[in-house]
Amino acid sequence: MQGLERPGVPANPGMRPAPARPAGARPQPARGPRRDPAPSRLAYRLHRLWLTPLYRRVVRVGLPVVLTAMIAGLWLSDETRRASVSGAATALIDKVQSREEFMVRTMEIEGASPAVDKGLRAMLPVTLPASSFDFDLAALRAQVEKLDAVERVDLRIRPGGILSAVVTERQPAVLWRHARGIDILDHTGHRVASVTSREVRRDLPMIAGEGAGAHAAEALALIDAAGAVLPRLRGLERMGERRWDVVLDRGQRIMLPAGRAVPALERVMAMDKADGLLTRDVVAVDMRNPHRPVLRLGFSAQNMLRRAQGLPELGPDGQVIEPADDAAASAPKGGRAGSNKPAKG
Amino acid sequence: MRDLYQAQRAMRQMRRQAMARGVMAVLDIGTSKITCVVLQFDGPGQFRETDGVGPMAGQSSFRVIGQSTTQSRGVRYGEIETVAETECAIRQVVQNAQKQAGLRVDHVIATIAGARPASYGLAGEITLTAGKVSEHDVAAVLASCDVPDFGRGRDVLHAQPVNFAVDARSGLADPRDHVGNRLAVDMHVLTVDAHAVSNLVQCIRRCDLELAGVGSAAYAAGRAALVEDEQELGAACIDMGGGVTGISIFLKKHMIFADAVRMGGDLVTQDIAKGLRVPVQAAEWLKTRHGGLEATGRDDHDMIEVGGTSGAETGDWDTDRRSVSRADLIGIMRPRTEEILDEARAILDAAGFDQMPSRQVVLTGGGSQIPGLDTLAARILGQNVRIGRPLRITGLTRRHTGPGHAATVGLALHAANPQDEWWDFEIPLEHRGVVGVRRALRWFKNNW
Repeated sequence: MQGLERPGVPANPGMRPAPARPAGARPQPARGPRRDPAPSRLAYRLHRLWLTPLYRRVVRVGLPVVLTAMIAGLWLSDETRRASVSGAATALIDKVQSREEFMVRTMEIEGASPAVDKGLRAMLPVTLPASSFDFDLAALRAQVEKLDAVERVDLRIRPGGILSAVVTERQPAVLWRHARGIDILDHTGHRVASVTSREVRRDLPMIAGEGAGAHAAEALALIDAAGAVLPRLRGLERMGERRWDVVLDRGQRIMLPAGRAVPALERVMAMDKADGLLTRDVVAVDMRNPHRPVLRLGFSAQNMLRRAQGLPELGPDGQVIEPADDAAASAPKGGRAGSNKPAKG
Repeated sequence: MRDLYQAQRAMRQMRRQAMARGVMAVLDIGTSKITCVVLQFDGPGQFRETDGVGPMAGQSSFRVIGQSTTQSRGVRYGEIETVAETECAIRQVVQNAQKQAGLRVDHVIATIAGARPASYGLAGEITLTAGKVSEHDVAAVLASCDVPDFGRGRDVLHAQPVNFAVDARSGLADPRDHVGNRLAVDMHVLTVDAHAVSNLVQCIRRCDLELAGVGSAAYAAGRAALVEDEQELGAACIDMGGGVTGISIFLKKHMIFADAVRMGGDLVTQDIAKGLRVPVQAAEWLKTRHGGLEATGRDDHDMIEVGGTSGAETGDWDTDRRSVSRADLIGIMRPRTEEILDEARAILDAAGFDQMPSRQVVLTGGGSQIPGLDTLAARILGQNVRIGRPLRITGLTRRHTGPGHAATVGLALHAANPQDEWWDFEIPLEHRGVVGVRRALRWFKNNW
């Protein structure tokens, strides 16, 4: 405590007290123990743990995900909450979808006959007006194109709430008579409609026989090639699902080969044009072997020929009428005509 | 020696693991400071040919990603004295370095500065049966070295083959595939106190770290501060640390001698504190700020305020408002520094340094920063004296490139490409005698 007394001045309680020392020179009060700058062992270990990549990823990504999932799961575990959430979502979706901008009010159909028009309107899955979100145009189009009468349909929703359908119908090209009735086919052979009788569409040519429908295009080509005999044409018949017979009136037939039928028919037409083959008493022109046309003569023509040769005439049953004294000479011809009949079958 | 072999091999395995993971820490536990440096090993190939960076001393294969230094606690004369205190300091420094690196570090290489190192030169010789040196022969000749009695409680820190000789051809660095009849080896073994090593291991274990290697601080400082030619031609490195001055002699790129003087910069600080009656912190500040070794006339007029600088005031005006001349300070520092250098000189003489072809002395360490040390050292240690700074390595901040961190940098280089040690070679077969007998017995059992 030397600093408190000034040297040379005796301490006297009677005199004025010693002047106060300036505060700066006073010894500083002892401070508390300095904090250890080193981390505690726990802090050190936690820091090292935090620097571990896996742990870090778990805490920063895994934990928030798990917590969020858990809270959401707990909240949604109540039935009424789940229902209210899904109800609100549905209501929101409904509200947006049923806005005026998305509504479809009318349907416009172009290029359809009344029957198809009616069918198309009946096919709509929803009643108009409806939201355009309710239409699945691709599915509707696939469904409409399943109709036989429709070849192609373009569906789109035009601005202004119009469902526009542009229909291309199949054009009837030929009638097909088969075991179950009469169908109208287009030029590709696809069915368009059924009719009850031939009289409904007299303007269309007729084809018949099993499997004829699938080859309607070939039949139409043959009809085109028939040309001059078209007024006499009764129709085409598919024989054995393999080849065509052209059937004319008066029971005449042109039997065409399985392959290259049109050139064969053109050849017959050329023969007809050259010497009126089909106007004569010919029952059948057999072109099944295109290199060797075979004619089957009619009954009266055969008899005329036999008379000119002096042979006995044939009866209506095809048998030679007696006296058969020189029937042996004409037997090969009659025999061949007779043997041809079953082959025509 | 067998235990040592296994322990060192285990540490080497640990170092390989750390290299495979690419992250390793270097921990320099000194008397005055503890430094931790986190190394990232990118492997070779991060520099292109055109960058002008060759393989150099191996420092191009790694870079520093975290570094931290703190005041050392509980260390005296380069040995851990209070394990708990040192552990706290290690925790702090490792945590800061990890934080900077953003990585967790598991493997640590540490230095040991003091612990009374003792250096031995061993010689071994075998006769080659194959007429040619194979890797197996190298291991055999290393094992054939006659090991002297190190004394109780000593651990081998380094055991490096320095020189190989095949017949009369000496000075071989790699004797493999040489033809000859006789293979001889000179090995340098450095032993330290086992207690210091076990304390270090204990300290590092308690910080949850794995020890991947221990290196002598003197050796590490030499690797960092000596340039390649000095290592090749022969030089001594004097690492003036806080508590210990380490001395290592290098020749042909191998350490051939190491020792330590148990005096250092802290002793100078204590002298100042006693002579000028100032606190130790103030003395340290005076030493680093105003210290010197060569007094001039101007220093008599250069007055330094010694009171009130450190905040430790006694309350006595006369004591607190004192000033000393710089010449006084130099007068205190110089005798102690001379004493340290004299001790170093004595050790160098004992090691036969004056017989070496090139008597280059390199001073490094924190104590080498005293102004005027080079002229003083030239008077004591000979003319070839220079102040050395450690090699530059990638990513080290300016704060850690000073001479005080030479041991840290050297240990990083040692980690990146270690020199061959005895335990890097397979243990020779004849030392596995028990296994051989067992194998023969089994063969008999199976066949008879």
